[in-house]
Amino acid sequence: MIVAQRKSIPELMDILKGRKKVLVLGCGTCVTVCLAGGEREVSIISSALRISSRIHNLSLEVEELTIERQCDNIFIEKAADAINRNEVVLSLGCGAGVQAIAERFNKPVYAGLDTEFIGILEERATWTEKCIACGKCVLHEYGGICPVTRCAKRMLNGPCGGSREDRCEVREDRPCAWQLIYQRLKNIGELDRLKVVKGPKNWNLGIQGGSRVIIRQDHRI
Amino acid sequence: MNTETFEPLIIAFCCQYCSYSAADLAGSMRLQYPTNVRIIRTPCTGRLEVEFFLKAFERGADGILVAGCLEGGCHFTEGNLLAKGRVGYTRTFLSESGLEPERIRMINVSAAGARPLVDHLNDLLETVRKLGPSPLSRQFQTSKQEISV
Repeated sequence: MIVAQRKSIPELMDILKGRKKVLVLGCGTCVTVCLAGGEREVSIISSALRISSRIHNLSLEVEELTIERQCDNIFIEKAADAINRNEVVLSLGCGAGVQAIAERFNKPVYAGLDTEFIGILEERATWTEKCIACGKCVLHEYGGICPVTRCAKRMLNGPCGGSREDRCEVREDRPCAWQLIYQRLKNIGELDRLKVVKGPKNWNLGIQGGSRVIIRQDHRI
Repeated sequence: MNTETFEPLIIAFCCQYCSYSAADLAGSMRLQYPTNVRIIRTPCTGRLEVEFFLKAFERGADGILVAGCLEGGCHFTEGNLLAKGRVGYTRTFLSESGLEPERIRMINVSAAGARPLVDHLNDLLETVRKLGPSPLSRQFQTSKQEISV
């Protein structure tokens, strides 16, 4: 899922400076699960914005709404009335949600979250990055542990030699991905895979080659 | 506003398994707690969400006390620990919004803790009295009108 974090209230108040009527729009999918932009967070952030606005003598009117998914037309339609009766939308969706709303309505749409990464819930209230959507998955070669995402140096033929114990030398709070890959391949009896030297990766298949589009002709009418 | 005439409004969210009984016991023991306190009984402090606290402040509370069971003694195992985290998170929002985080605090008392509960209520009342009325409270709004007149 997509993992995001909220912006601070002063930052949001600065973004909303001069505005009088704002719709705080939540999203019921990924950002709900990562506790950043669901119905509850919409309620909390709206309350905090109202408190801040009253303390600073600003007359900001805040409306709250959460839709199932901000990146899907069917659900966006349900927010149309609320969006139209407000001056500006503060979207608590991921970057895709913010843009989906902005492209469909002729009014300012601001991001209330910082979208961080594609990841998983590692343990209670802890999310870790697992995928950078590089466009060419190589997980089968590395025992299901992604060196492109989890090795700070993106090494396909690791390790780099800089890790200390099992820690990454770039980020000491994270494990060395290559240590994990070695252990995993050893456990599943596929260490031979490491004997094959991998060629250069085609980064153009990822975001480096420009924003991507996928068209499924079999599903088009 | 003159702090001597300021009567804060304190909302006390009390868990029914401990502090709500403690408040009851305070009555039986004839221990007086301030009349500024409005007690709200909750099934467990774990039921309380950040938005409950923020809404209370939005509607004019000057201070909030969250009273849960002793750590390790929650009827639902970890409700009071969840509440502890949420009170901390609420404090972050209060600071960011411009309200003093000292206006909310969490305490842990047992059902027999009438005296500690009353002491905590009095202590919070004093803290809030020193801070003055919340800018969102009716008393603050009234005092502003008095000044403008």
